[in-house]
Amino acid sequence: MAEELKAGCVRPTGGPVGEASPEETPEKINQKKEVMSMVHVGRKAPDFMASGYRNGKFISVKLSEYLGKWVLLCFYPGDFTFV
Amino acid sequence: MSIDSMFVHKMWNDHELSKMVDGGVPFTMLSDSGGKVGKIYGIYDEDAGIETRGRFIIDPDGIIQGYEVLTPPVGRNVNETFRQVQAFQLIRASKGAEATPSGWKPGKATLKPGPDLVGNVWKEWKTAMAFD
Repeated sequence: MAEELKAGCVRPTGGPVGEASPEETPEKINQKKEVMSMVHVGRKAPDFMASGYRNGKFISVKLSEYLGKWVLLCFYPGDFTFV
Repeated sequence: MSIDSMFVHKMWNDHELSKMVDGGVPFTMLSDSGGKVGKIYGIYDEDAGIETRGRFIIDPDGIIQGYEVLTPPVGRNVNETFRQVQAFQLIRASKGAEATPSGWKPGKATLKPGPDLVGNVWKEWKTAMAFD
């Protein structure tokens, strides 16, 4: 039977069900997480390209195109969330 | 920027955000499917598959001057972000001759770091100035 989900600030996600595969031991998962690190203040912002939407148009944006301007880069959990 | 596609951004802007802001969102809504950019910046939540509320101030040289990261349920203080940008802009314009002490906002006194200021900040800055 399908269970009704509460709509919260984080989109509900699914995933594989059952025993974790042998490659995905807790140690391996921890290692994977430790690889991810934060950027540092006073250092170069990592450049990236991304698609986007602005004023009725779909556009492609490269961060380094904004050199010479102040940039506020904001991440958020997802469209149609509440905060 | 979120993991949503640019098509979902369009739907959110056209059907909801444009009802809050006249003419819709005036800046670019970026798509980061798979969280590749969020991972590099260190704000991607691998377990939930979403970006947390990371906010980065990047100066005209492409240098990160500040960031803030919140978990999803708490929204940001936009005025505080603007205050920080104004402070960084002032410091950049003064070429580092001035610094903005705790509680600074536009119109309030700055400090001029140098040998004469060592041990004398108490004359220039009072605790009450840390608050509005």
